[in-house]
Amino acid sequence: MDNVLHVGIADMKIATPPLLLMTTGLGSCIGICFRDESKKIACLVHIMLPSCEHAKGSFNKAKFADSGIIFALSELEKKGVIISKLTAKIAGGAQMFKSPAENDIMKIGYRNAVAVEEHLKKHNIRLLAKDVGGNFGRTIVFDPANGALNIKTIGHGERMI
Amino acid sequence: MNDDYYSLTRLQLDVLKEIGNIGAGNAATALAQMINDKVDMSIPEVGILAFNEVAELVGGADAHVIGIYLTVEGEAPANILFLIAMDRACALVDMLLGKPENTTNAANLTELDLSALQEVGNIIAATYLNALSSFTGLKFVWSVPALAIDMAGAVMDSILALFGVMGDHVLLLKTEFKKNQTGLVGNFFLLPNVGSLEIILSALGVSKNG
Repeated sequence: MDNVLHVGIADMKIATPPLLLMTTGLGSCIGICFRDESKKIACLVHIMLPSCEHAKGSFNKAKFADSGIIFALSELEKKGVIISKLTAKIAGGAQMFKSPAENDIMKIGYRNAVAVEEHLKKHNIRLLAKDVGGNFGRTIVFDPANGALNIKTIGHGERMI
Repeated sequence: MNDDYYSLTRLQLDVLKEIGNIGAGNAATALAQMINDKVDMSIPEVGILAFNEVAELVGGADAHVIGIYLTVEGEAPANILFLIAMDRACALVDMLLGKPENTTNAANLTELDLSALQEVGNIIAATYLNALSSFTGLKFVWSVPALAIDMAGAVMDSILALFGVMGDHVLLLKTEFKKNQTGLVGNFFLLPNVGSLEIILSALGVSKNG
């Protein structure tokens, strides 16, 4: 799979065809896929947490929903993309552990999903499709050529959004 | 750097490794009693890893695993994760419940099988923490084990997220449990919360500031 760019945890990459963008094993994390239809340019950010407000010093912007979206948009702008033309698709935000005890880690996926949608809205990015929540992991591949987002799971099927 | 992990000395890392050794040694004994067979353990590894490196330790982010997770409260809060490859977990269920080999597989896991695995997590965590407690004099209280069956990356990321606000790295104490020569049983991870490390090191007399 030479044509696949792997995006790690708290990582961001931009690609154009024939390259594909992939991130493996999203649990409570969310993969945010941006795309400009006319330029066929796409970006995938793999965020872990909803907000950078408690981060100290210089931090990795791609780690948080709020700063990750701003970071992706500014990097796309540098490539000549007009932000108002961007659309987005998102996947992830699951609750992986079943437990009688409710605590922060149990809700992090849900909080991530809420934050991502809120910040996409804030930047007027149209959300075309989403596959969030549940209690299962997702491996996603995003195609800059046609904007198709392929989602693979273990035991919860494979789909294209 | 926001993480306080980088300033650990060789001595402190060795001390952490030694605690890992004793804790895991007791846990291996407990596991051996449960499955009525010999369990070997690896020499514990102590590592300060970037988030992306953690999944590599367990066979890649998309490896199919069972994760048993406990939160540890008390004087030095931490997280415990016992990760077992799917096929190994099924073999472990067969051993625990006295079923013929190769009876259990990913498709036929029952609630009873899962609670048996949860109980393994519970007992391993308890023996490990009791050893750590007698060593340090610190008190630990741990939660009921939570279970996840999925891709290793997905199982780990909500736990890594707990460390994400503070930095991009996590301190891991990793021990492999092996049964005879049949291969790996599972990986045991202790992830001390930021701040807890200093408390544990102080209790052991190898504090950074002392």
